[in-house]
Amino acid sequence: MELDNLYQEVILDHYKRPQNKKLATTFDAQVHHVNPSCGDEIDLNLTIESGVVTSITWDGVGCSISQASVSILTELLIGKSITDAYAIYDNFVTLMQSKGAISGDESVLEDAIALAGVSKYPARIKCALLGWMAFKDASVQAQAKSELR
Amino acid sequence: MTLDPSVIRRDFPIFDRTIRDGKKLVYLDSGATSQKPNFVIDAESDFYRNHNAAAHRGAHQLAEEATGALEGAREVVAKFLGGAVDEIVFTKSSTEALNLLAYSIGSAPAGNIFHLKPGDEIVVSEMEHHANLIPWQQLAKRTGAVLKWFEVTQSGRLDLSNIDGMITERTKIVALTHQSNVLGTIIPLTEIAKRSRDVGAVFILDACQSVPHMPVNVEALDIDFLVFSGHKTVGPTGVGILWGRANLLNLLPPFLFGGSMIETVTMTDATWSPAPRKFEAGVPNMAQIVGLGAALNYLNGIGMENIYQHEIALTRYTLEKLQEIDQLRIVGPTDTESRGSAISFTLGEIHPHDLGQFLDNAGIAVRTGHHCAWPLTRKMGVPATTRASLYLYNDESDIDALVAATLGAQEYFA
Repeated sequence: MELDNLYQEVILDHYKRPQNKKLATTFDAQVHHVNPSCGDEIDLNLTIESGVVTSITWDGVGCSISQASVSILTELLIGKSITDAYAIYDNFVTLMQSKGAISGDESVLEDAIALAGVSKYPARIKCALLGWMAFKDASVQAQAKSELR
Repeated sequence: MTLDPSVIRRDFPIFDRTIRDGKKLVYLDSGATSQKPNFVIDAESDFYRNHNAAAHRGAHQLAEEATGALEGAREVVAKFLGGAVDEIVFTKSSTEALNLLAYSIGSAPAGNIFHLKPGDEIVVSEMEHHANLIPWQQLAKRTGAVLKWFEVTQSGRLDLSNIDGMITERTKIVALTHQSNVLGTIIPLTEIAKRSRDVGAVFILDACQSVPHMPVNVEALDIDFLVFSGHKTVGPTGVGILWGRANLLNLLPPFLFGGSMIETVTMTDATWSPAPRKFEAGVPNMAQIVGLGAALNYLNGIGMENIYQHEIALTRYTLEKLQEIDQLRIVGPTDTESRGSAISFTLGEIHPHDLGQFLDNAGIAVRTGHHCAWPLTRKMGVPATTRASLYLYNDESDIDALVAATLGAQEYFA
């Protein structure tokens, strides 16, 4: 079924068993993002130590795409240097905006490659990007804070 | 006369196309916007092809024809609503019409009956569309007026238990939706309008979800202003309709300033044309207004009472069939008592956006989300719903398709 390209098994797995979906009590930055067109919401806490993402935790409500996407993000980016995390972020955003023209680099995106099908559904791209935008926002805030220290 | 949707669908060319690789279009999103019959598309096109000129301007035949077409449409709208011709104001959307009222009221100087001062009260409800909430919420902030609202019960009805405490001598404006775009609930209008009249408040009715679906006659209703949308009424986008009592329109200050709404202009001052022209600055969306006239003529040809009866019967069928589905919860009234054909529901843990995507894959168009009524979905305890909204071209086969695909989604996302 055409829909299977969108709802890959990996996505449904993450949706049913979301990773790091419990907000840590300590963090460098905490953000709240919403998708005003559908009401999806996410809280995301982030910690960066010595230029490395050490913790991403979250809570939220939303569709399988938005929830799976942030779950995948946490597994992908925790332990990465912020430079590498941004490279992955850029790669993912480019894939989402590709209208299905590119299939994505699995060596960079790993499980996030499963979201490639989303790029063919313009109304769903914002769902997939919700957690990623929250991460970017939090990372900017966390780095600004560490520069102050 | 009974209405045959299979015959009606032949008037709507969009049903000739298919969706997602050859699937039949099942359009259940008329609450967002209705489809358009050839009669309307042709009327709009005919205006551009044969009569296009700036109405109310120009000393030539085309300008005369354009003016005639525009004013002809105004007569159609007036007759459709039961109001006078000069009581019909064309705006670019119903959202603009509600903002027109809010901004015009907000600019009324002391001494004008619309003038708002700190402590005056504006009453809305929790089931308002954002377009009939935010203009009033912001007007209250600008003027120091107090915004109050009727709450919504868990069964999806307005809680009128304290109507006399809600609408008081301090109430200046009561602005309510006639039919909720999420719940389908039709409000007890007579009772609320009477209370508003008794305290001298201005009553504004957002009829976007009622006028397209049932007979609405302003003379039979004790209200002051009514707003509806052309594009939800098988008409074109780009045209909203404001009806107001003539004496009130005359007292209400204008909202948008510019060409053709004036009587005289000097470098330092201006005076206004009588209503409705006072509220129609700029060259109007003429082709769309002409298309709207055609749309109302089309609906009149079928009969609004016939459309209403058809939708009630189909709503009953839909409610029955949907409630047979395990874990499906109707958000709103579960019977057809004082209820229209917008039907929202949740389906267990399946997010509406995922259900909507699955339905789309089956050729079924629904709306998902908070439906521009975020405070309401929050109140009903759901982050979002799936909404099927019906119209004259829908029939039981559409509902059967919806039910079958919803069951399919349960299996898919299990």
